[in-house]
Amino acid sequence: MNKILKYSLYDLIRSRWMFFYFGFFLLFTLGLFWLSPDLSKVAISMMNIILILVPLIATMFGLMYFYNSREFTELLLAQPIPRRHIFLGQYLGVAGSLSFSFLLGMGLPFLFHGLFTSAELPLFLTLLVSGVLLSFIFSGISFYIALKNDNRIRGFSLAILVWLMLAVAYDGFFLLLLSYFKDYPLEKPALALSIFNPIDLSRILILLKLDIAALMGFTGAVFKKFMGSQIGMLIAFIALLFWMLLPVLGIRRASSKKDF
Amino acid sequence: MIAIERLHKQFGKNKVLKNLSLSFEQKGTISAILGPNGSGKTTLIKSILGMVLPSQGNIHLFGKNIRGQWQYRDHISYLPQIARFPENLKTAELIAMIKDLRQRPAREEELIRLFDLQAHLQKPLAYLSGGTRQKVNLVLAFMYDNPIYILDEPTAGLDPLAIIRLKELLQEEKQKDKIILLTTHIMSLVDEIADEVVFLLDGHIHFRGSLSDLKSTYSGQAVEQAIANLLRQEQHNRQTSTRLP
Ligand SMILES: Nc1ncnc2c1ncn2[C@@H]1O[C@H](COP(=O)(O)OP(=O)(O)OP(=O)(O)O)[C@@H](O)[C@H]1O
Ligand SMILES: [Mg+2]
Repeated sequence: MNKILKYSLYDLIRSRWMFFYFGFFLLFTLGLFWLSPDLSKVAISMMNIILILVPLIATMFGLMYFYNSREFTELLLAQPIPRRHIFLGQYLGVAGSLSFSFLLGMGLPFLFHGLFTSAELPLFLTLLVSGVLLSFIFSGISFYIALKNDNRIRGFSLAILVWLMLAVAYDGFFLLLLSYFKDYPLEKPALALSIFNPIDLSRILILLKLDIAALMGFTGAVFKKFMGSQIGMLIAFIALLFWMLLPVLGIRRASSKKDF
Repeated sequence: MIAIERLHKQFGKNKVLKNLSLSFEQKGTISAILGPNGSGKTTLIKSILGMVLPSQGNIHLFGKNIRGQWQYRDHISYLPQIARFPENLKTAELIAMIKDLRQRPAREEELIRLFDLQAHLQKPLAYLSGGTRQKVNLVLAFMYDNPIYILDEPTAGLDPLAIIRLKELLQEEKQKDKIILLTTHIMSLVDEIADEVVFLLDGHIHFRGSLSDLKSTYSGQAVEQAIANLLRQEQHNRQTSTRLP
């Protein structure tokens, strides 16, 4: 698997997209620091970008890489390599290089601003960790979708639908639910529901760290109320790790059943 | 060495291979797998390589069931029907990559000279002509010394000189006691180099035997004529059987 990972990384590092991605985060983060001296405002803008854009780009990139490396995959399938190594190696290559570009793009400005020695370090580490987790989760989901759908149009449509559901529609659905059942105790169902959305989990993770009640949103407040910030963060983090594992298991299963 | 037992394969509702039992044991034999387009030759070959997974049945290689295995692929030289390579790689990089993955002594330089590929080594694979790609494909297939060679339409797109070189290579490997399976639609090639024929039709093995068996069974001077007679006979049977009430 190491060799597959090596060739995927080699291939990806040569591609321009990773540089764009890195450059985008670098400029965006530098710009935020330049515009606003208020660290919590900077953190919130970063959070919004991380929660919306990182999943979208990881999804698109995962699909593009998978579909474009079909030839490479077919060549590898005839070699003495276990199937799961081929797909997991490629997936780790994509998720790893996305995370690397993201970490470098956001992390360098942090370094310039001396954040790694400031009291705000935990908050910014939480932002970075969330971004990495989301990169892994969403490139994994997109790999799984691509494995299941040979038709690219179908694959892209499905993946975008998943992103839309989790990043955008979920909030609306949640609000609707809340206003509809406002007379009932909704806290526990809401807690359970947010476990099913890695983007919401990341938001909770970051907001609990930020600890601004007004921005917490319903689920964040529930997390805090029931578990306190520390335990709430821990649970959100563990749930996110499960989310990371899920697509990996899916990729293993789907790749072991597929005809090429 | 290769034993296929009651192999079924269907893609969705399309039943491609139906209860195929077949083995290849004789070393130093070239077996031609023939059949019309879509008869399942490539599917059969990919099943042996584990790229297509059987719907039912088993395949044994060197006495071991291949299900879930991958190590055995190190002992098979495979030439895919369509030469598809990572487009942004150069020819030399591709060869180096396969060597890095397999970590075995290879004789790629000799083959590069044989197919006159030196001038193409530093070109991206996307810029190679179809026949040149097939030559690269051949280098990858023949560069390892393996007991089994499986070649899916090895002559596709090659110029006459390359075809002659390929035939020499095949004879050479045959002398070295290899088991060689190949598919082709060029019947004169079968006449020239094959020892036996497996003819697939409608998911079944319609005929298996030596070239002389084939020619006497279907009264043909050459393989081409025998196969034509076989297909004509088959068509006749089909039409008369559908006419019956
Ligand atoms: N991955 C796949 N998914 C769905 N159907 C497939 C797949 N691979 C092959 N088939 C179908 O299986 C049948 C047999 O195809 P196969 O490629 O084995 O034929 P072939 O004998 O090699 O033909 P040719 O002489 O044209 O190379 C065809 O009907 C083809 O459409
Ligand atoms: Mg074929």
